[in-house]
Amino acid sequence: MPDTGTPATSLEAHATRRILVLDGAMGTMIQAEKPDEAAYRGSRFAQHNSDVAGNNELLCLTQPDMIRGIHKAFLDAGADILSTNTFSATRISQADYGMEDLVPEMNREAARLAREAAEAVATPDRPRWVAGALGPTNRTASISPDVNDPGFRNVTFDDLAAAYGEAARALIAGGVDLLLVETIFDTLNAKAALYAIEGLRDEGVAVPPIMISGTITDRSGRTLTGQTPEAFWASVSHARPFSVGLNCALGAGEMRPHIRALAGIADARISAYPNAGLPNEMGGYDETPDETAAHLGEWAEAGLVNLVGGCCGTTPEHIRAIAAAVEGKAPRPIPDRAARLRLSGLELFEKGAGAGAGEAA
Amino acid sequence: MSTGSFINIGERTNVTGSARFKKLIMEGDYATAVEVARQQVESGAQILDVNMDEGLLDSEAAMRTYLNLIASEPDISRVPVMIDSSKFEVIEAGLKCVQGRSVVNSISLKEGEAAFLEQARIVRRFGAAVVVMAFDEHGQAETAQHKFEICERAYNLLTRDAGFDPWEIIFDPNIFAVATGIEDHNDYAVAFFDATRMIKERLPHALVSGGLSNVSFSFRGNNPVREAMHSAFLYHAIRAGLDMAILNAGQITVYDDIPEELRERVEDVLLNRRDDSTDRLLAIADKYRDSGEAQKKSDPKWREASVEERLSHALVHGITDHVIDDTEEARQKAERPLHVIEGPLMDGMNIVGELFGEGKMFLPQVVKSARVMKTAVGHLIPFMEAEKKAAGDTSAKGKILMATVKGDVHDIGKNIVGVVLACNNYDVVDMGVMVPTEDIIARAREEKVDAIGLSGLITPSLDRMVEVASEMTRAGLDIPLLIGGATTSKKHTAIKIAPAYKHGVVHVDDASKAVGAVSKLLSKERKPQYLAEVSDEYARLAGGMTTRERPTTPIAAARANAFDPGDHVPERPARTGMIVPEDITIAELRDYIDWSPFFWTWEMRQTFPAILDDPEKGETARELYGHAQAMLDRIEAEDWFAPRAALAIWPANRDGDDLIVWADEDRATERARFHMLRQQADKRAGRANMCLSDFVMPVGTPDWIGGFAVTSGPEVHEISDRFKAEGNDYDSILVQSLADRLAEALAELMHARLRREYWGYAPDEAVPNEALIREDYRGIRPAPGYPACPDHTEKRTLFELLDAQRTTGLKLTESCAMWPAAAVSGFYFAHPDAAYFGIGRIGRDQVADYAARKGIPVSEAETWLAPNLAYDPAVPAKDALRRSA
Repeated sequence: MPDTGTPATSLEAHATRRILVLDGAMGTMIQAEKPDEAAYRGSRFAQHNSDVAGNNELLCLTQPDMIRGIHKAFLDAGADILSTNTFSATRISQADYGMEDLVPEMNREAARLAREAAEAVATPDRPRWVAGALGPTNRTASISPDVNDPGFRNVTFDDLAAAYGEAARALIAGGVDLLLVETIFDTLNAKAALYAIEGLRDEGVAVPPIMISGTITDRSGRTLTGQTPEAFWASVSHARPFSVGLNCALGAGEMRPHIRALAGIADARISAYPNAGLPNEMGGYDETPDETAAHLGEWAEAGLVNLVGGCCGTTPEHIRAIAAAVEGKAPRPIPDRAARLRLSGLELFEKGAGAGAGEAA
Repeated sequence: MSTGSFINIGERTNVTGSARFKKLIMEGDYATAVEVARQQVESGAQILDVNMDEGLLDSEAAMRTYLNLIASEPDISRVPVMIDSSKFEVIEAGLKCVQGRSVVNSISLKEGEAAFLEQARIVRRFGAAVVVMAFDEHGQAETAQHKFEICERAYNLLTRDAGFDPWEIIFDPNIFAVATGIEDHNDYAVAFFDATRMIKERLPHALVSGGLSNVSFSFRGNNPVREAMHSAFLYHAIRAGLDMAILNAGQITVYDDIPEELRERVEDVLLNRRDDSTDRLLAIADKYRDSGEAQKKSDPKWREASVEERLSHALVHGITDHVIDDTEEARQKAERPLHVIEGPLMDGMNIVGELFGEGKMFLPQVVKSARVMKTAVGHLIPFMEAEKKAAGDTSAKGKILMATVKGDVHDIGKNIVGVVLACNNYDVVDMGVMVPTEDIIARAREEKVDAIGLSGLITPSLDRMVEVASEMTRAGLDIPLLIGGATTSKKHTAIKIAPAYKHGVVHVDDASKAVGAVSKLLSKERKPQYLAEVSDEYARLAGGMTTRERPTTPIAAARANAFDPGDHVPERPARTGMIVPEDITIAELRDYIDWSPFFWTWEMRQTFPAILDDPEKGETARELYGHAQAMLDRIEAEDWFAPRAALAIWPANRDGDDLIVWADEDRATERARFHMLRQQADKRAGRANMCLSDFVMPVGTPDWIGGFAVTSGPEVHEISDRFKAEGNDYDSILVQSLADRLAEALAELMHARLRREYWGYAPDEAVPNEALIREDYRGIRPAPGYPACPDHTEKRTLFELLDAQRTTGLKLTESCAMWPAAAVSGFYFAHPDAAYFGIGRIGRDQVADYAARKGIPVSEAETWLAPNLAYDPAVPAKDALRRSA
């Protein structure tokens, strides 16, 4: 049997040989199923005292077959790595539904559902992995919601770290092979997640490799909180992640320069899972599987990426096309870590070359 | 050696090093304290050192507050922060506030290796680089050798046991004051240079830093000498390998600019070249007291521009310093204080909005601009209130309700719009996220708000927004509705939301544009024109809609969700069969004219009668209206037109989505059949998938429908041609546009007669013209080819039943257009809940079913229904991609 060993080492071995394929948009797939309020509630939460429609993570508990079915569809399309249906399964986001206390269960169940789906199709030659998704939450630690009080914050680093720690612990307990800190619009939120994950290690939890994925929100080429991709990498590189990349907000066409910027600086694998184009005027996504795949295939040619998949609007058909487009193309070699001090504010600050010991006068 | 990579760390934001900064922080003047940071960055600081170590201060809170404040200042927060404290709790508090990769200053071996490693691991977990002081269990190292030994030990611990990369480690081998008069201190600078050299040679990749101002501590009060000492110290330290220093970047003299005599004596001190070097420097120090960098400061050039440009500059750059003076100057120039807001300030905010849209400014800067705006507006408010008082106008300032719609939990964008509006002195009622539609309506009434702003980021929110708009209509609200959020678009707003609410729906792309929109919507003078412009633009957008394949509800499911006519008992019509009125007069029709579309024909998109008073178009509109009335007088007096109408009321019943027209009241023989279409959109609970047939009772319950065809007569073509032949294009178009209006008026009049008299289900109805135009009566008269029944070919059946050609002179072209063109035809439905709707996009399943019902090929049905198809008929069904919308 090839690739014995822990999932992590087999993952590394596979990632060295080929470009791995992530899945597509969970939210889009759920929307296509059109669950109504009753479906969200299931029988278990029929009496819950607030509306829960839109609480996609709850479906892990109330409609497990739907979630399993979506996972299966992406696996069948060729995804190597599934991400769990846990984007908003944190105490902070679930507060909107009054379902904070279900967070551990949601994450555990979501991990279990994805695991089961992955195991069902995995073979020794072609293992499949599960990444536990940790979304950005619906609050930002870096921007004041009150312009009259710019020093105010409606969420603290400690709140975020506690929420992320709880979610990550349950995902790991549910058996994920990776943790995916994703759709990062505020790097401080992500840093709280990374801080919490490190904290689990201290408690003796076997923390799997971490994937980090930021979101460049618009044409400014910055995250919502104003960081450039390079500054973003400087802010999260201490986690020594399995991969760093970008997802959401942009289609592949708009995302490419920012992926290139990250690929130019990061000594981690590069992941990219763009939306199926920019939203059209009606809020939908129109980019066809072939269009998205053509972009990602070209990135693979150009040696920019190690992991590719799709975000909003991408269906199993997109993933199938993407998998075909990167098939047989070499993953980006991971460059050596640059031996230079890198700091960041909104922009990268890098100690200039020439600061090495040999150049001291 | 090169100073090219030398790093300047700003030192002025340090309460232990700057008396002024300390005073500002102690007094809580954070606004000015933030300006200190800005000055540091503007004068070249590449990293900002922030220190709040003061015994009388809650240092943790001060650190948090200050870092949060500068995070909102992109000009400052673009650079990394050095979090500087001797208390580790303060450092941790600071680390929790910065998204960037910062530097901790500092940790040391003062309390032993265990404590050192614990702190180091925490710092690494936050992803910060670290400054290590040359300080151990025995105290601060003074000699080069001791300094180096401590650094070497720390280096090994950090790289081996705490996971640090060597280039993340910065050593501070202690810069102490020289020329103090104490002999032991004379070698301090030399010890620093030597330790630096050793670190750079023997600890690969590690960096060296120092706090520069200490070295010149003895010369407090004599800045020129201090600056000279700093420059000379740096010159030598950088040669030794110093990578960075904490210094006042605005006060570094160029080494070569130091007067020869001063430089020589400073270097004697620093390099400990003579026993009497301190005395010799003291001897000349006073001579240089009045030179130096501080004198060279001058006002920035932008202050010389016009007041409008200065305000715009201040808004774009977020500078509050002079904004009150500038606003006051602008106010004195302006006729009214409001004009300053609507003029230069809004112009500035529009530039901000454009730059933001182009990606040249980003969010925090926009929020900062909003603060400048608030300051300026705050200055103007007392003047505006005084003006109001003088004018006796006591109306409250605008109140805006903001909400993220139900099912959506994204609120960052909404919060930003909210704060920007608040900055512009609107009261903002923020209902938060996941707000149910009913709550929005209820709160809007309760708070008597002036506008509602909805936000949404996820796709389903778009439907919620349509729902809110519809509910606003149902609730009889008449305040404007603003739509924003990443998933929204002008086009969606135009096509989906605006039609659901008639009192103003405006899409706003971003916060700065929201202010412009709200100010116009809340201005009694500017609102009508603005809304007219918006509705004009949206009408164009809606017209340019392209066909895209979209998911549709299966027709069976849509039928299962049909409108339920309830237990309505249809009123037996007073008359059935054909009715051809012969008593139509132009005089009677004139009362039924809806003038707004008349102006639209003339490409003057505004509602009547407001258009007559429009500041720009009013004059033209009044003239046109005058000409129209004069021509109507002639039409009436000279009998230009002979309007004709044919109506019929038939026994009818619903059969699925078809309507059976019976030959007689026995309801046994089918005379004809109308084929209707059903909405296949995904409906929320409680909303039916509508079909016109649903308004008619099924077989078993007697019911009726009506049909009509009216025209203002064929004469219009002849008259219009005659005007044209005379070269009078104006009257040619005028007569055509009036004929169109008269045909519509005739349709309205016939409908009114039908309700009151021919069918007679509303015998006592007496509504004025305005209500008619708002369709404020029972029953509808949808026309084939229009949204509720888009298939024009149904007109063939209708015309046959009405014998329209004989009774009205109307003919159908092969493409089912009516001639004469000034004509209207359609159906009458009397059900009390009958309402207009659009079929929207329909799927392959319904089109196939429809074609079968009509007995025509699917391709023919697709041709007639092209604008309503949810799919591209050119793409075979099996290849159509599953799409999400």
